[in-house]
Amino acid sequence: MPEKLALSLEVNGEARTVHAWPMARLLDVIREDLGLRGTKEGCGEGECGACSVFLNGRLVNSCLVPAVQAQGAMLQTIEGVAKGEALDPVQQAFLQHGGAQCGICTPGMVMAAVDLLQRCPEPSEADVRDGLAGNLCRCTGYVKIVDSVMAAAQSVSR
Amino acid sequence: MKGDVPACAVHTPANLEEALAFLAAHPDWRPLAGGTDLMVPFAAGRLPDFNFLNLDPLDELRGIELTDTHLTLGALTTYSEIRWHEGIRAAFPNLVQSAWVTGARAIQNRGTIGGNLANASPAADTPPSLLAYGAEVELRSARGARWVPYEAFHLGYKRTALAPGELIARVRVARPAPGAFHFYRKVGTRKAQAIAKVCLAAYGRLEGGRVAEFRAAFGAVAPVPARALAAEALVVSHTSADLDLDAVRAALAHDIAPIDDIRSSARYRRFVAERLFTAMLQDFLAHVG
Repeated sequence: MPEKLALSLEVNGEARTVHAWPMARLLDVIREDLGLRGTKEGCGEGECGACSVFLNGRLVNSCLVPAVQAQGAMLQTIEGVAKGEALDPVQQAFLQHGGAQCGICTPGMVMAAVDLLQRCPEPSEADVRDGLAGNLCRCTGYVKIVDSVMAAAQSVSR
Repeated sequence: MKGDVPACAVHTPANLEEALAFLAAHPDWRPLAGGTDLMVPFAAGRLPDFNFLNLDPLDELRGIELTDTHLTLGALTTYSEIRWHEGIRAAFPNLVQSAWVTGARAIQNRGTIGGNLANASPAADTPPSLLAYGAEVELRSARGARWVPYEAFHLGYKRTALAPGELIARVRVARPAPGAFHFYRKVGTRKAQAIAKVCLAAYGRLEGGRVAEFRAAFGAVAPVPARALAAEALVVSHTSADLDLDAVRAALAHDIAPIDDIRSSARYRRFVAERLFTAMLQDFLAHVG
């Protein structure tokens, strides 16, 4: 009979061990076993990006990662983006530029934007649209989101 | 989440040899690479399998090797690794384009070339490029290894030449001639995160304005990604002056067999395939290497 795994990961810098089924979605492990509810479920099939997290430094859709493939990994969720009370420049820019409306897509948008700015610190608008292409927003359209990421890039490079 | 998670077992092998031995003993266990295809039907409760062989830790299936003659991709090479590889970008632009239009970044970071081929969707984005470049696939089992032309790998709708106990190990593509013509175009509802309605890749070479070499392949307009063999035959050894474009278009009708489905209609696909092919040919025949 299948058994639960003792799944050990580094979660936002902290060593954690939870017991999870090997084919459980990482998304469910994050929300239910690790108790981190910032990561959202949108489509559940890798289309919308709401569940985006960093797994070993790479942006992934956590709804498409089976728990077994996260064994020993370094996981960063939206809760690990701010440094204590200090928001990341991307989060700050979303606040200032109205980049969030209902908020469901926002954690994933922020993760994708952080990912983009790490590899492309001075993006063009086209780079931003490409970097966020896997994240869907159903409220605002994308103008304010793109504005927020452009502003975050400018605030970092200044 | 409708998949029966507690019922599922996963075996994580220590190395490729052990993985192949395990698969020989358990040929019905489903190999699992980046999960971007399998997790979708699994979570929806539409995947019949409950036992998975986790390929993720197998370093023997990773790595990109680019020599003077060939590009060899380990089966676990991700779309991101292909998309951002300078050498691949310079020599195999169609592969970079294919990787670019597959999903978006989070998918590209996990999805693998081997998984894309094993999933055997007629609408996948890399196969037309592999067909246009004449790629080969290495299949490994506990019995040994064999290279199969990709054209002979994808046999039918969701059906491949993988024998029980076999895994895709590597994909190999010969380096295209310098100055050759490369074409890749995917038509979908949006740029990212869309499944193709029609996809066309082509590779060719002119000598003194005459077509010396030409391969073109479609995705999403037949049960498998398919070469446009009848149309190709009417293009090879011609020049722009003596090419019979009407005959080429008529031949295309035999090369493709599009259907109506949720993404598009057969009529639209046929129309777009013909227009794409014509535009590609015009570019090709005007190509200066």
